[in-house]
Amino acid sequence: MSPPSSTPAPSNGLAFLIKKRIYHSLSELGDAFRLLAETIFQIFRPPLQFDLLMKQLLLIGVNSLAVVLLSGFFTGMVLGVQGYVQLKPYAVEGSVAQFVSVSVVKELGPMITAFVLSGRIGASITAELSTMKVTEQIDALEVMGTNPVKYLVVPRFLACSFMLPTLTIFSTFAGIFGGYVAVVTLFGFNGDFYILQVQKHLFVGSVLISLIKATSFGMAIAAVGCYKGISISTAGGAEGVGTATTGSAVISLITILILDFVLNHILLNILGMK
Amino acid sequence: MISVKNVRKAFGEKKVLNGLDLEIPKGETLVIMGRSGCGKSVLLKIIAGLLSIDEGEVWVDGSEITNLKRQPLNKIRRKIGMLFQSAALFDSMSVAENIAFMLDQHTDLSQQDMRKVVDEKLNLVDLDGVQDLRPAQLSGGMRKRVGLARALAFNPEIILYDEPTTGLDPVTCTEINQLIRDLNQKLQVTSVVVTHDMHSAFSVGTLMVMLHEGKRLAFGTPDEIINEDNPILQQFILFGAPDQILNIDDPTLRKYTGRDTQ
Repeated sequence: MSPPSSTPAPSNGLAFLIKKRIYHSLSELGDAFRLLAETIFQIFRPPLQFDLLMKQLLLIGVNSLAVVLLSGFFTGMVLGVQGYVQLKPYAVEGSVAQFVSVSVVKELGPMITAFVLSGRIGASITAELSTMKVTEQIDALEVMGTNPVKYLVVPRFLACSFMLPTLTIFSTFAGIFGGYVAVVTLFGFNGDFYILQVQKHLFVGSVLISLIKATSFGMAIAAVGCYKGISISTAGGAEGVGTATTGSAVISLITILILDFVLNHILLNILGMK
Repeated sequence: MISVKNVRKAFGEKKVLNGLDLEIPKGETLVIMGRSGCGKSVLLKIIAGLLSIDEGEVWVDGSEITNLKRQPLNKIRRKIGMLFQSAALFDSMSVAENIAFMLDQHTDLSQQDMRKVVDEKLNLVDLDGVQDLRPAQLSGGMRKRVGLARALAFNPEIILYDEPTTGLDPVTCTEINQLIRDLNQKLQVTSVVVTHDMHSAFSVGTLMVMLHEGKRLAFGTPDEIINEDNPILQQFILFGAPDQILNIDDPTLRKYTGRDTQ
């Protein structure tokens, strides 16, 4: 007769770990949505501190403009080269402007801007808020009767939601211009024809899709950045700040990709926007 | 002034406070002592309304704060000033902005009037000429003083100190202890000091409580605490307290120091 074993079978242990992980993830998701709901509630609760909002708008918008323009410009150039090379064998290289503008406006403009800002701003929001948490600055705000969500999260959330579509407009123009520079200088494409094609294929609906996506991405970046920053344990220390910051960047990127798919499906497939 | 009744608090499986009862009368300075992880800072955060409890009641100035919503809780918090262990000054603000923060958020005072309050509070903590400096430019002792000035900005009736002398050199520790004593005398506030620095504890406390395994092990005046015949308490005091604040001829102390064998 074999002796009774006190340790669980490996499969049971694995099942337990998976269950625990799922429970933890769902619990975190619940907390994140609670923070989002509280943030939206606090936005409509006066007073709105405009000085804090302006500071964040400058930090997120002005300081990110150069990198967003550069990213947009080179994305447009790559699209121009790729488009021209791929379309030429079928003798439809004249559609390269349409290819560049539609891709940049509907997809790559908001996407590239969101990627740049999730690395630059989302991670910075998490690092700042989590440092405030571990150094008890957020507790200090609470003790002094100031709501940390209203004081810290609302200005960042609003600034990201507003600046992402704004920067996307700049990024989109830079992308279309990048495509123009690439095809005109490298392949001798007719510049006037390029501009004409862009005007012909740029619809209000496309711009609307771009702005809806950008605003949603901005909200997602701020929500993830703030949640990961504010939810860190006070005892986390420097290591906790590092882990939270890395986690924030990764989760932001994944959230943007998932959101992009969902929005594409809703806007293009269900609502039939062009 | 502050009343803690049968308070229980656990973090996951770990029970930190296990049915704690405590009364802190108005105008007294209560020192909370205990080993690391015994729940001293947790108790302080519960009194400040920063942590919820699993069971029991906490009363501050006649109001039960356990289940209060944010707005009524904030009203009570305006009577409380808190000095954090790391001072918790806002890095992005100057010293003056830190001290004026609560006034800026909750009053309509002009910049000039706020500046007057800032100067007055800095004067109370014996600091001057640092108004425009950033927290990163201050020494540890200066940060604690600024943190204390910020805690005093709204003229609190209760001041909570979380390990006020941790990380400071002995001279600065003595200065901070003196400052706490002076402020309590001048402002007639009720103070709660969390510390495991015995010099600080006996220097500022008018009442003392020792926490052990989430419960009250001993409570009384410094004299009563020294004479308490409890081995855990006496060892805690003797390992931390300098001889000059203890009566070495006291028979209880002699018993636990092993000095009665000499």
